[in-house]
Amino acid sequence: MADEKDREETAVAEFHKKIKEAFEVFDHESNNTVDVREIGTIIRSLGCCPSEGELHDLIAEVFTPGSEGTPHLHVPADAIEIVQIHSDSQSFLEEEEPTGYIRFEKFLPVMTEILLERRYRPIPEDVLLRAFEVLDTAKRGFLTKDELIKYMTEEGEPFSQEEMEEMLSAAIDPESNSINYKDYISMMVIDEN
Amino acid sequence: MGCNTSSTRIKNSQTSLRAVLIIQNWFRGYRARLKARQQYALTIFQSIEYADEQDQIQLCNFFTFMLENYKHIRKEEIELSQLTESKLDMMDKQDYVDLIDVPDSYQGPRLQFPLTCADIDLLLEAFKGKQILHARYVLEVLFETKKLLKQMPNFTQIQTSPSKEVTVCGDLHGKLDDLFLIFYKNGLPSGSNPYVFNGDFVDRGRNSMEVLMILCVSFLVYPNDLHLNRGNHEDYMMNLRKNKTYSISYLQIHGKKILQTLEELYTWLPIGTIIDNEILVVHGGISETTDLNLLHRLERNKMKSVLMPPKEINKDYNTDSKHSKLGVTISAHGRIKASGLSSEHLPKHEWEQVIDILWSDPRGKKGCFPNTGRGGGCYFGPDITSKILNKFQLKMIIRSHECKPEGYEICHGGKVVTIFSASNYYEEDSNRGAYVKLCSGTNPRFFQYQVTDATCFQPLHQRVSTMENSAIKILRERMISRKSDLIHAFQHQDRRKSGKLPVSQWAFCMESILGLNLPWRSLSSNLVIIDQNGNVEYMSSFRNIHIEKPIKEANSALVETLYRYRSDLEIIFNAIDTDHSGLISMEEFHAMWKLFSSHYNLHIDNSQVNKIANMMDLNRDGSIDFTEFLKAFYVVHKYETMVKPEATNLAEQHK
Repeated sequence: MADEKDREETAVAEFHKKIKEAFEVFDHESNNTVDVREIGTIIRSLGCCPSEGELHDLIAEVFTPGSEGTPHLHVPADAIEIVQIHSDSQSFLEEEEPTGYIRFEKFLPVMTEILLERRYRPIPEDVLLRAFEVLDTAKRGFLTKDELIKYMTEEGEPFSQEEMEEMLSAAIDPESNSINYKDYISMMVIDEN
Repeated sequence: MGCNTSSTRIKNSQTSLRAVLIIQNWFRGYRARLKARQQYALTIFQSIEYADEQDQIQLCNFFTFMLENYKHIRKEEIELSQLTESKLDMMDKQDYVDLIDVPDSYQGPRLQFPLTCADIDLLLEAFKGKQILHARYVLEVLFETKKLLKQMPNFTQIQTSPSKEVTVCGDLHGKLDDLFLIFYKNGLPSGSNPYVFNGDFVDRGRNSMEVLMILCVSFLVYPNDLHLNRGNHEDYMMNLRKNKTYSISYLQIHGKKILQTLEELYTWLPIGTIIDNEILVVHGGISETTDLNLLHRLERNKMKSVLMPPKEINKDYNTDSKHSKLGVTISAHGRIKASGLSSEHLPKHEWEQVIDILWSDPRGKKGCFPNTGRGGGCYFGPDITSKILNKFQLKMIIRSHECKPEGYEICHGGKVVTIFSASNYYEEDSNRGAYVKLCSGTNPRFFQYQVTDATCFQPLHQRVSTMENSAIKILRERMISRKSDLIHAFQHQDRRKSGKLPVSQWAFCMESILGLNLPWRSLSSNLVIIDQNGNVEYMSSFRNIHIEKPIKEANSALVETLYRYRSDLEIIFNAIDTDHSGLISMEEFHAMWKLFSSHYNLHIDNSQVNKIANMMDLNRDGSIDFTEFLKAFYVVHKYETMVKPEATNLAEQHK
């Protein structure tokens, strides 16, 4: 019994260190807070795969809005005008969204529990493959670009334009304008390992 | 029949919804991990950059030690401040520059003094065409710039108006393409388009000289509208790493003169700019003791280098050394003759004020702490910012000094802005660059950009891979340079001599030996082999990488030490090499090495070092080409990735 408790304590201590490491990399001002918009990245970098809905619930548990301390980029929404220029002469206006931040002390216990309970486990490769196969109703071995866009941006928890573009840039075969999902999956798996 | 179809349809749509959710969930997880890996790579780059800066600053202790103990100094020669003020004034333009002929065969740009905006255009076109500016023009520009800078106050003042916004740019670090992009998008400097360049024009990028030339020429044409602030890289120390800092094509002829003039020029760069009496623009930041009144008054050109801190004058000095930095001459009998109090250098408290301005970084934590990352300046919190801004009736600080992914960052409740103008600073795609336009009464406007080339249109995972591989590579080089110390630490923890350690112990050793605050657990899979129990095979890091031995018989520990200190050694050699010949005598080498190893407490058999040095004296003329000597120590990476067996099989299957 005592042994098992020891083991759990060591496991918790290790989780704490792991969480702290992942958190600190995004703690740009070294004041134990991160911008709320980065918390999804941190949680996922620790190997968990919550859905967007689950993520929103998690954030609600740990979120601190507004005024305490000095949050990253906290300025009134109309104070800063950002014009982005790319060297190909594209330019557009982007407004600063009002934001908030997550404090480490609040995040740590919530994240530790998630790791201990092994919640939000990542999708195994074969399940992912079967998901693509389900969408490929004609069983061709690929999805067309339009089909993929329709599924990803109109159903489930829809992709943003940025997310859609990123998936396409890696997945699509420019000649056939289609996605051979089996190749795509194995490419991603290799990259991650 | 009807019921069946509709329930099938519902079931199908539910299945496809589930499938879509699965794919979306997986993709978001994957994408987030890519972003995290990108962030880890940036953290690695930054940690190592600052650790290197720290090593360099530590050298100032060695220089002090060396000056006190180095018996081989020929007294007129080893002046760390190569030329004092008076010497250079004696040799003015007529004595030197005008004697340099530009041959008819020279195809590059020919500047006409006094310079006009036509010369700016000429220079830009020439550099776009990859031409080299002749040394004669380089020297003339540097001379004139130095002369004009001398007339500037420590802080230049700017007033803006709706028709005259000022543009503030941050670090350029020799990145010419970024400067081209800024001028293209924002217009050339002129009376109605003023600029502030906030330091660190040189070093790291490939075109330090070109950037410097364009900025100096622009300054000479528009001295009241082109403002140059000193950065921590505008320092004599950069000249001691001249082959790293400046392109060789500019140092081949008249290199010594160019470097000497450059050194002087750096000390005359203003410390900062004040815009509309309310915005302070300085390169690094502030500290809790920052005193702008003092900074306005001090003699800024006496701030030679971060490598030469002021020494307190001690009462008794009994030494053979004929020359001391403080302008105190010591007679042969060891008695002190004071020849004036620090006539060439700033007093300590003023020196520290300037260091704080050039080296400090803002942080979220309240208070003011020594900047342990860089080894100079401090970390200042939001309370310090408020205190200093209030004290001097200012509203905002604009500073640079730190690379930011978006090219800019706002912190301390909007009171501190960081602006960084070198895009792709660490690696392709590591960050954007930015500049900010200011006009009193309106909000600052930030403009971001990124110098792109064809490779930027690669998909995200490839760009992240490239950056990650680059970061891991330099991290592994750092590991190999501390191999002995690391192994010693690992073995100390590994009581059972199993060759394995739990990840936490491995991480602890890595952090304490390398002195880098990195996410070791997350990075472990890139650096070392981990078995199925989660234990680290600590020796596996050193398998595919080694330091090339310049001669077979050389002892590994020695080779590792020389590799580890090669940057420091380069700086020291260049300091000793007063005639800029690129050679030092065997005697000087031995003496210097003895001092170095004793100061850094290196347990190296000196006879081994001598043996290597002797072997490198290929001409047998008693002198060593130290550039060749240092180049002989480099790391070899064997191409191999830490690929797990299963993944390789997968790759095989899908071929």
